[in-house]
Amino acid sequence: MEFFLEVLVGGLLAGVMYSMVAIGFVLIHKASGVFNFAQGSMVLFAALTFVSLLERGWPFALALAATLAAMVLLALAVGQVVLKPLQARPPIVLFMATLGLSFIVEGAAQWLWGAQVHALELGIDDLPMDVGGVFVSRFDLVAAGTAAALVLALSLLFNRTRAGLKLRAIADDPLAAVAVGIQLTRMGAFVWAVAGAVALVAGLLWGARTGVQFSLSLIVLKALPVLIIGGFSSVSGAILGGLLVGASEKLAEVYVGPLIGSGIENWFPYVLAIAFLSWRPEGLFGERRVQHI
Amino acid sequence: MTHLDLAAPALSADWRRYSSARPWRAASHTPTILALLAAAFAFLWLPRLGSDYLFSAVLVPWLVLSLAGLGLNLLTGYAGQLSVGSAAFMCVGAFAAYNAQLRIPGLPLLGGFFIAGLSAAALGVLTGLPSLRIKGFYVIVSTLAAQFFVPWVFVKFGWFSNYNASGVITAPPLKIAGFVLSSPADRFLLVLGVTLAMTAAAWRIVHSTTGLRWMAVRDMDTAAEVIGIPVARAKLSAFALSAFYLGVAGALWAFAYVGTVEPHGFDLARSFQILFIVILGGLGSLAGAFVGAAFIVLFPIALSLLADHWLAGILAPGNLENAEKIVVGALIIGFLIREPAGLWRLIQKAFHRVQVWPLKA
Repeated sequence: MEFFLEVLVGGLLAGVMYSMVAIGFVLIHKASGVFNFAQGSMVLFAALTFVSLLERGWPFALALAATLAAMVLLALAVGQVVLKPLQARPPIVLFMATLGLSFIVEGAAQWLWGAQVHALELGIDDLPMDVGGVFVSRFDLVAAGTAAALVLALSLLFNRTRAGLKLRAIADDPLAAVAVGIQLTRMGAFVWAVAGAVALVAGLLWGARTGVQFSLSLIVLKALPVLIIGGFSSVSGAILGGLLVGASEKLAEVYVGPLIGSGIENWFPYVLAIAFLSWRPEGLFGERRVQHI
Repeated sequence: MTHLDLAAPALSADWRRYSSARPWRAASHTPTILALLAAAFAFLWLPRLGSDYLFSAVLVPWLVLSLAGLGLNLLTGYAGQLSVGSAAFMCVGAFAAYNAQLRIPGLPLLGGFFIAGLSAAALGVLTGLPSLRIKGFYVIVSTLAAQFFVPWVFVKFGWFSNYNASGVITAPPLKIAGFVLSSPADRFLLVLGVTLAMTAAAWRIVHSTTGLRWMAVRDMDTAAEVIGIPVARAKLSAFALSAFYLGVAGALWAFAYVGTVEPHGFDLARSFQILFIVILGGLGSLAGAFVGAAFIVLFPIALSLLADHWLAGILAPGNLENAEKIVVGALIIGFLIREPAGLWRLIQKAFHRVQVWPLKA
């Protein structure tokens, strides 16, 4: 039983990391209807830029600010070069465009900073802690705390600021939002910048855990089932989906893995997502769409 | 207006404008005649002219990738279902062809390829099942599931690789009616024959009722359902036929190109490569797959030549791959913005310009 709890908690905390990436998706999807495949490469780009600046002797705060600035610049460029010309196009076209974007961002990140693995030290020692008889990694707890703070900050941004109001208006009805004078491109760039900041936080936490390397951009593939389960336009759905995917894939690996062969955590989330889709096509918290001809 | 459909409405509207303004173009046989001439040239003269390098490093991968692109184009370009799991179907095809050869004594080579296609098609139907319930690009979830599940199966279960210790199987010699196809030119002819036959079949399919139904589903599935098109059957047949093509392409890839059967080469990167072939070449055009594959095969070669000769100081060899990624990514975005019908449309336009020159079109 204790072992089960440990696997469960470990899975849930890994799920927090998935949620962090998924939240970046949800933000962009809500505000512009784009499924941003490049979110993973943005995580890679942010973490790689940050760690390379650190290695060049920049102080922590300055490196953080510079990386944030780079993410904002990236967001502005994406808004002008990719999103604006593709504004009225169907979601699949935009998805394919972000696929191209992810190739550009990955290529650029590795061109600028090289392809080797960087170690990232955030000053949190990864020691197991005894919480009520279950051993929990301290680093994971810090990560969970950071995620909670991030979600709080985002909900304040969305519910208490003018920009948040505009974003909610766009999510509700883009045409009406334009009619009352909200600028879609500008708000699009804004939300991409916020997603860039989320990517930075996710990149730092993932990078500290696994080392900053190319595989960071592959967590986008873990975030997809999370989104399917949680719904594409709900932050709380992303969190719940992340926890569900994290916990179930670890439990499946430990308990089902020995029966049919190890390594099933690569595809298990997808099977889970398909099962979920057949049951609730709009996700846990998604909105049901009505089709018109 | 639905929010869950493919590029296609814009694309087909564009096409309508193009074809109705120049009705004679539809009746023109020039492209067909040119294609036949090119095929005759490829069959008769090329084997005497080309070097081994040309066949085994350029022409064979080009044709195999074209066939794969053609398969994905049936699904994505014609039926509007986005797939990022093409390599999984190729992987199934490769292993099915190998196992068919191994376990069915006296099976002719082409029979093995046919079984490869059928096996992949079976997986295709399975992958397509969720598309009956979910719409739009949510379908990529089931194709991604296939992409991760299939290589795992072939790595985990030794039966498929005949309990080969290394997991890398050397493909058996290619034998047709007693002739052993050993030289690169022979292998090229085999691939060319299969590809041409299957391209002709694809041309028939997309112009048949099935093809028309696919396009109706792509352009607006709700409307298609209302006018009585069996949407479920159309989607599943698209998945099955597309997977059949990809399965044969996978078998050709393993048998005639790399010469080994292993899950390694059929990863997500390969699936993306095939998707990019379709996007760059032209969504919803058969010729586009060939043009897109030519670009994908030739571009890295051209880039490394360029880096060797002119950009020696600027482009370090280690950055070649990064430069390639950036250029391909930028081209995809550029084509989606400026010319969603891809390279093939650019070629058609250029061809038209030449036809009417010096009058301005």
